[in-house]
Amino acid sequence: MAKSVSAGTPAQNGVKKKKSKTNKRLTLFVLPFIVLCFLFSYFPLHGWIYAFYDYKPPLSLSQCDFVGLQWFKMLFGNKTQVAQMVQVLKNTFAMSLLGIATSMLPMLFAIFLNEIKCKWFKNLVQTLTTLPNFISWVLVYSVAFCLFSNTGMVNTVLQNLDLIEQPLKFLDSDSHTWLSMLLWNTWKGLGWGAIMYLASIAGIDPELYEAARVDGANRFQLMRHITFPELLPTYFVLLMMSVANFLNNGMDQYYVFQNSFNKEHIQVLDLYVYNIGMTGSSLSLATAISMLKSLISVTLLIIVNVVSKKTRGESII
Amino acid sequence: MEANTKKKKKRYSGSDVSFNIVNYLVFGLFTLICVYPFYYLIINTLSANDLSANGMINFLPKDLHLENYKQVLQLSGLGTAALVSLGRTVIGTVCTVLASAFLGFMFTQEKMWGRKFLYRFMVVTMYFNAGLIPMFITMKTLHLTNTFWVYVIPAIVQPFNIILVKTYVESIPRALQEAAEIDGAGIMRIFVKIILPACTPIMATVAIFSAVGQWNSFQDTLIYITDQKLYSLQYLLYTYINQANSLAAMVKNNAGSAMNMAALATQQTPTSIRMTVSVIVVLPILFVYPMFQRFFVKGIMIGSVKG
Repeated sequence: MAKSVSAGTPAQNGVKKKKSKTNKRLTLFVLPFIVLCFLFSYFPLHGWIYAFYDYKPPLSLSQCDFVGLQWFKMLFGNKTQVAQMVQVLKNTFAMSLLGIATSMLPMLFAIFLNEIKCKWFKNLVQTLTTLPNFISWVLVYSVAFCLFSNTGMVNTVLQNLDLIEQPLKFLDSDSHTWLSMLLWNTWKGLGWGAIMYLASIAGIDPELYEAARVDGANRFQLMRHITFPELLPTYFVLLMMSVANFLNNGMDQYYVFQNSFNKEHIQVLDLYVYNIGMTGSSLSLATAISMLKSLISVTLLIIVNVVSKKTRGESII
Repeated sequence: MEANTKKKKKRYSGSDVSFNIVNYLVFGLFTLICVYPFYYLIINTLSANDLSANGMINFLPKDLHLENYKQVLQLSGLGTAALVSLGRTVIGTVCTVLASAFLGFMFTQEKMWGRKFLYRFMVVTMYFNAGLIPMFITMKTLHLTNTFWVYVIPAIVQPFNIILVKTYVESIPRALQEAAEIDGAGIMRIFVKIILPACTPIMATVAIFSAVGQWNSFQDTLIYITDQKLYSLQYLLYTYINQANSLAAMVKNNAGSAMNMAALATQQTPTSIRMTVSVIVVLPILFVYPMFQRFFVKGIMIGSVKG
């Protein structure tokens, strides 16, 4: 091995010539994967033309009427449609804004966890609190059901203690839907969200702390004036990503928790598209909505990226 | 110096101690909240069903038995669903890991024709998606709906994983590859003999993320699959929750036929079925996660440097 390395320099010219011939062959190796990437990421974009047709599933597209911008006009013109859209957008904005409002939590979690000096306890907390992140939303719902349904643990215990007579309706009611969704989200994601901050804390130069201690700073001042500002750049990157994903709440969480009681306040855009597209009949309308959503999301991402470049001198994508 | 700081700490003890107590308590409490639901599920599936139904099992299991598991494992559909979930997890993960490793390696080859363009072509796909309905139509056009492969093929090329591997390969000394080239090794040989062994840590990270993703995936069954034989465990669990739900409702509404309905489903109570299936679905994660935690942490760190 070592011999061939040392022999490498004189032979390199010959090798290079050979390489410039083979370089298209290398591309051929990658080509099947490029095709896959095209098929599942670019090719689906052709589906957007369905937004301009009145598509009725068993028929083929050519048998359906071309309706131009009818669906888009309906989104902004039809009264019941507008009312529905406003409610859906309210839910989407509420979930995203609540998410952004609580986006400091993982950072605080990390800062305070870092103050725990007992190593095994710290590791235990870190391992166990990240666990919920790795179970699916279906399982979260199953857990929620076992604990909070009418016959669930909380209601049974409260009834056995004679604290309540009727079971409390945690899941099948529309009160505090946004809040409960936020809480489940926090339960699932807080520990995992803190991991990146914990790693960043480990990377802070110990001399900073040392210097501050020499100047007489106490523990809380260290947290406030060193750890916190050192983590802010990471926080801003993540914050900007969540702004860029403002419209993308995902649908799993809301799908599993939705029922006929809370439907009004749980339908975020992603779920709404599913509900009217796959279970309802307006495939074309759903396509129109998701098309607008995709376009707005990409625009948001570009704007956020430009802002990031201007303010921090660094792009996020 | 260290002795000095230690001494200082002791001097602060007043506010320090109370802060420590509160801090430990808050973290202890949150950890409990994270773990207790799983513990609750497990002890209830192992305890006598009548006690469990009356809410007597909250902290310690009583009258241990495995009947729930024996009965639930005989439920029709569960075996197939477990096979589907296992199959997609294994096959999907192997495909993704190999493809990510190969592509991540290839995109470090400066001699490749069109490298920069092709790399961007792939990475850009992280930032947009066509949406649910166009994806559905695409899968239909490609005849992937209601096949097992809909779980695997679309997941093969994952830009994020490719970035992870590429960053890692770039940190491997270039001399290794050059030496092999001079010895006359072709690109595939270099990949198999040099890059793959050197990349095991990052491949483990990709594998573990992909495996958890495959195991937990729910949406693709919901959208692309109507054939019951292809249901994944997650989806089956979801249908069980809802079925058991309606069963319970029927039991309440109609006491006469209640026995009948319950006997038809299984001899278990709806709650016990739900909980037992949940435990079966969550068990692999509970086992795998603590062992591989460091890979997860590494994955998110490398990702954040890049991303």
